[in-house]
Amino acid sequence: MSAPADRRAGRRTRVRAGRTPWILVVPAVVGVLFLVLPFAGLLVRAPWSTMGARVSDPAVLSALWLSLSTASVATAVSLLFGVPLAWLLARTRFPGRRFVRALVTVPLVIPPVVGGVALLLVLGRNGLVGRYLDAWFGLTLPFTPAAVVIAQVFVAMPFLVISVEGALRGADRRYEEAAATLGASRATVFARVTLPMVLPGIAAGAALCWARALGEFGATITFAGNFPGTTQTMPLAVYIAMQRDPEAAIVLSLVLLLVSLAVLGTLRERWVHAR
Amino acid sequence: MTAMRETGSRPALRTRGPVAVLAVAVLALTACGGTGSGGEADGELTVLAAASLTDVFTDIAADFEERHPGTRVTLNFAGSGELAQQIASGAPADVFAAADTATMEQVVEGEGLDADWAAEHGTHGLVFATNTLRIAVPPDNPAGIETFADLAADGVQVAVCAEQVPCGAATRTAMDASGVEVTPVTLEEDVRAVLTKVELGEVDAGLVYATDVDAARGRVEGLEFPGAEEAVNEYPIGVLAGSDDTGLAATWVDAVVDGTDVLSDAGFGTP
Repeated sequence: MSAPADRRAGRRTRVRAGRTPWILVVPAVVGVLFLVLPFAGLLVRAPWSTMGARVSDPAVLSALWLSLSTASVATAVSLLFGVPLAWLLARTRFPGRRFVRALVTVPLVIPPVVGGVALLLVLGRNGLVGRYLDAWFGLTLPFTPAAVVIAQVFVAMPFLVISVEGALRGADRRYEEAAATLGASRATVFARVTLPMVLPGIAAGAALCWARALGEFGATITFAGNFPGTTQTMPLAVYIAMQRDPEAAIVLSLVLLLVSLAVLGTLRERWVHAR
Repeated sequence: MTAMRETGSRPALRTRGPVAVLAVAVLALTACGGTGSGGEADGELTVLAAASLTDVFTDIAADFEERHPGTRVTLNFAGSGELAQQIASGAPADVFAAADTATMEQVVEGEGLDADWAAEHGTHGLVFATNTLRIAVPPDNPAGIETFADLAADGVQVAVCAEQVPCGAATRTAMDASGVEVTPVTLEEDVRAVLTKVELGEVDAGLVYATDVDAARGRVEGLEFPGAEEAVNEYPIGVLAGSDDTGLAATWVDAVVDGTDVLSDAGFGTP
């Protein structure tokens, strides 16, 4: 029994000390190049001479602000509903749980444009629910910033739910059980034990959710429409600019990329240092 | 080209492993891309056309394939501007039909039309159809729209095309011509998106082409308005410089130009 165990341990040390295996490095490098090269293409083709004037265009700034604010609100909404949903899926047993879990991933697999049409059919002015919102409260969602947020939540929340559910499943349940045997209610266990334990998972899910919301295009243009200042987020501005002025589209893409990288980088930095 | 050189340098292969793998991948991808428009032997034709031509070009293609056995016509419909971008990026295609002359001009200035064809038929393409704007309203016309000026009334929700696409440029012209400034709730990416919003009743009215109203007969009502004749879109067509089979491409263009019955049935004007 002990001899093979020793040999296994020995091999493990050798692998750690030896050279990184090329069979992993080569595909990894190809992967990185594949992901980075398009970005390099944007940098090469960017109209650097007119960059300053283009970036400070009020239209660009308003689209950027709309993108950042709606993506942040969408992330907050996703946290509010997504974390409890993830907990329900990971920690409770109820009939049809697997079905619910499959439903949660639906927005991941359907094309966002289809999602946008579905949202119109439900929440639009003549939609199943939307017509009552209009009749009873005079509330119409399409073509408003609220519609942008709804479209983003629809496509981005599943990323958060899946991340948090994974974190919950990976967390050691004995701490929760210990707290429960000491008399803590289920809600207290969730707030005082479970939540702090899976916080890194929630942070990662929220970052993923925010990034997905920021890049959202199809559901937004279909459900919320496209109007500068109210519903035209950066991805929509990029698409519309692409029709006539590809250089403007490149500038917009770069601005969106750099701002999102900066935000995600800063958050990560904060997170790593806080621990 | 650089990819070829990298794979050729055998001795350096070990150290340049990642580069070599990438080169192979790039070669594989470019090889796939090359087959799109090829196959002149069995007569394949790739036609890029404005979204508003979807119905008529599908009809014309069926007829064309019947009359020229062995040929296959691949149709690709999208917004004219998007197609112009694809051509500029080297999309393999034989013929381009745009929804306005400005978009054709983008292609003429970029990749260009086939020189021989252009010398015979015109350097800016051949205009084969025209289209005019209509006000489209849902069948029950909830906002009671009757005139173009009604679109500018308070609380009326209007969808129009973004000015960057042909139907949006026509909308701009129509507004300037009529002196009525409409404030839409949304600037859509193409004319079909405007039509969808009207069909679903999400807006009170939208500005679309006469042909779109025809295509959606029963689901929307179309209203003519004075000023529309100022914003007539001309549809040019041309054989692209990148065409592998300019002879067949020119035959297709002739078939479209001769297809006046199909075009006028669909609501297009013919020059």
